[in-house]
Amino acid sequence: MRPLLSVEDLSIGFGKDSPVVRNVSFSVNPGETLALVGESGSGKTISCRAVLRILPRTARLLSGRMILSAGPDAPGGDLDLARIGERQMRRDVRGNRVAMIFQEPMRSLSPLHRIGNQVAEVLHLHTDLSAEAAKREVLHCFERVGFPDPDRTWRSYPFELSGGMRQRAMIAMAMVAKPDLLIADEPTTALDVTTQAQVLGLMKDLQQETGMAMILVTHDLGVVANMAEKVVVMHKGRVMESGPAEPILRAPAHPYTQHLFNAAPKIPEAICPLRDGEEDLILELKNVTKTFTLRSGKSWGKPTLVRACEGVNLALPRGKTLAIVGESGSGKTTAARIALGAETVDPGGAVLFRATAGADPIAVHQLGRADRRAFQRQAQMVFQDPYSSLSPRMRILDTLSEPLEIHEICDRATQKAKAAEMLRLVGLPTDMLMRYPHAFSGGQRQRLSIARALMLDPALLVCDEPTSALDVSVQEQILTLLEEIRDARQLSYLFISHDLAVVARIADEVAVMRRGLIVEQAPPEVLFHDPKHPYTKALIAAQPVPDVDRPINLKLVAQGAGAPETWPEAFRFNGQDAPPLVPLDPGHKVRCHV
Amino acid sequence: MQILAYAAYRFGTMLLTLLLVSVLIFWIINLPPGDFLSNQIAELRATGQEAGVAKAEFLRREYALDKSLPHQYMIWMGFLPGPHGFSGMIQGNFGWSFEFDRPVAEIVGESLWLTVLVNLAAVLFVYLVALPLGVLAAAKSRTMIDYTAAFVGYLGLATPNFLLALILFYYGHQYLGLPIGGLMAPEFEGQPMTWDKVRSILIHLIVPTFVIGTSGASAMMQRLRANMLDELGKPYVETAVAKGMRPARMLVKYPLRVAFNPFVADIGNLLPSMISGSVLVSVVLGLQTIGPVLLQALKSQDMFLSGFVLMFVALLTLIGTMISDVLLVLLDPRIRYEGRDA
Repeated sequence: MRPLLSVEDLSIGFGKDSPVVRNVSFSVNPGETLALVGESGSGKTISCRAVLRILPRTARLLSGRMILSAGPDAPGGDLDLARIGERQMRRDVRGNRVAMIFQEPMRSLSPLHRIGNQVAEVLHLHTDLSAEAAKREVLHCFERVGFPDPDRTWRSYPFELSGGMRQRAMIAMAMVAKPDLLIADEPTTALDVTTQAQVLGLMKDLQQETGMAMILVTHDLGVVANMAEKVVVMHKGRVMESGPAEPILRAPAHPYTQHLFNAAPKIPEAICPLRDGEEDLILELKNVTKTFTLRSGKSWGKPTLVRACEGVNLALPRGKTLAIVGESGSGKTTAARIALGAETVDPGGAVLFRATAGADPIAVHQLGRADRRAFQRQAQMVFQDPYSSLSPRMRILDTLSEPLEIHEICDRATQKAKAAEMLRLVGLPTDMLMRYPHAFSGGQRQRLSIARALMLDPALLVCDEPTSALDVSVQEQILTLLEEIRDARQLSYLFISHDLAVVARIADEVAVMRRGLIVEQAPPEVLFHDPKHPYTKALIAAQPVPDVDRPINLKLVAQGAGAPETWPEAFRFNGQDAPPLVPLDPGHKVRCHV
Repeated sequence: MQILAYAAYRFGTMLLTLLLVSVLIFWIINLPPGDFLSNQIAELRATGQEAGVAKAEFLRREYALDKSLPHQYMIWMGFLPGPHGFSGMIQGNFGWSFEFDRPVAEIVGESLWLTVLVNLAAVLFVYLVALPLGVLAAAKSRTMIDYTAAFVGYLGLATPNFLLALILFYYGHQYLGLPIGGLMAPEFEGQPMTWDKVRSILIHLIVPTFVIGTSGASAMMQRLRANMLDELGKPYVETAVAKGMRPARMLVKYPLRVAFNPFVADIGNLLPSMISGSVLVSVVLGLQTIGPVLLQALKSQDMFLSGFVLMFVALLTLIGTMISDVLLVLLDPRIRYEGRDA
């Protein structure tokens, strides 16, 4: 078969610097999916954008041909996308024969124009359809990508839709002109895992229906295993390995591909659970409920109550890791903030903290100002985004010694020695103390925030998605570091994440949260191999794994992630009331009617 | 319907604000010790003109200046009856100018709407110049076009307005035959409106508009350019390019639409800064606007005159902000639908 698009010897550079993409070649046949895989900085995004020539202004195409072959409804011979004029690019290629979906559905739609207007615009640009015919076409397309009420969607603004729905709108926009090739640049990276599964399923269906080809840019080998027929692995601007997906995923030949595979977090085989009899709990959340009051836009409107956490009971034994897993809006971050005393608790709840074994518990939920400072020495936090959690205007030394200064511990020289010790502990050379954060990579910055959190020698560390902003191989290193430090210093972790595979590796116990409620709680090996609750099943099923024999089970995802009314009888809500959280086996709690 | 309710609500708050402002204004113009009449009386006494003193004393009673300040305020606004019954601002009696010995309404009369005219022309000029130049500078950023626009802009910001006025008068008269000074040819002053008078005013408007508008235009141009550059880096712009839109159409439909909001919000701020900023220009150009009147009235503590002028400027400002608020709600669905369920 003649390839639809064949890219040969593509090189791209910025100004006079050495090229960021070097001699890259790949091709995609009609109806086929090609995955461009790599970590950040691998040049995968820039290579796929080069096809539509949507590049930063300083980028230059140094060499290469990108041949888009003529199709049945595109007469006029092959086009070399590297050479054709800007006018022809606009008229015949962009949005017409080749469409594109971007990573951030939140920001890829104009906030000030209605969805209908933005989608129909593609038809007005590339067809002669009347306004009415175009609207009919768009509404049909909305229905196809899964909007329950196309008319309402037509009138909606992007900020009225959720992330998943916006990405569906983006897909509708890309599909409405029936392109031959769809380029999707990390289309699901910003989405929750169940939403990701549904969007990937939708893209696959649409592809089968229309026979279009797809170039999927991703860093996630699990997504590749579920979607692609062909794979190109890129690293530092070069192709490391390419070919049909199945053999590469079963037996990667190139060391870099193997490295990527090993770094990808996996759901573990059953390990024997660690359970010791008497419990020394460092942190306890007892019947914690948190209600937020949202003021409505109009001053005379009634305020809405949002329940971020409802009747949460958690216990963290000393030296262990307790993980809270959930999607956005599940209340997991609120629970973490409550554990640190950064959020008050509705009356009736209690948060208890024991600094050392057998000590009197501190009531975190009713701390005074002075007690709070003492408590904060014992409990620290590692934040999600290492790029914004370090002040860009402070040297590393100052950032690290600031906690000591606030708590007025030791003199300047001792502080510096301590900072150097912490840097060594997190695996960074000590001569970096005088640098500023911009000199560090994402992984190094996360090491720095861990070092900062450890400066006060806390007993408890709350980690809020510490690896979700990092590449897989870096994520692997950070998780290893966290495990080593925990075991070396007898730390306890409260670990917040949306990623089951990450949690599976580090946690001793996992609580799954959905809309403020814990729906299931168990040690990871029990949870992953014997999940009971439909939502837990959906989360596990939605997790893309780099294994061609374990595709995402969309039926399970759709059922578990849907409304509680669609769950099996035993798990349904009784009107507003959720069923109780009951222990099925020792250490395995599920929210169901028994 | 929602928008009408909002406009009504904004109008209500505007009236309330105006009331508060009136208290502030009255308080401030009475801050310096004494008033026009007591100063005059002291001066007359010193020079021994007892007859004048009697008249001034009479005027003091006539205008209730012997009452307490709050009482004076209530009379001035027309909430309480004065020596001649209810006769204050809300009844349309703007008071008496002691310095000119004429009713305030008569003094400000024509200059009121000339002020509005000059400033509206300047605002229009600001928008007409800043909009295309700002967009162009952003779209062609880091090219000669951008640098030239920035240079001209900074020149406009840095040149003192009155200097620009003098230069423009000289060359405008020399090469284009534009008139010097004033807002109309002298023979039309105080005459009823005729076609010739309108034409004379329009020709006289050219230089003042340019002079008053330049600095505002260059400031706004720089701001629009910065806003546009921010917007141009956002993903939705890429989406639009990937659709196959022409660059010019894309610029206008997407980033400009978003960058336009602060632009609209500025309408309210533009008016007062122009009126106070144009005082010097008005003096230099000999414009019969309200600025020089205000300056004179404040210097001589001519309280009713300065009070009225300040109230008028405040009213213009409040109307300006109200217009920009209502326009913003019309333009930006995020403001309009705040609180609507997604």
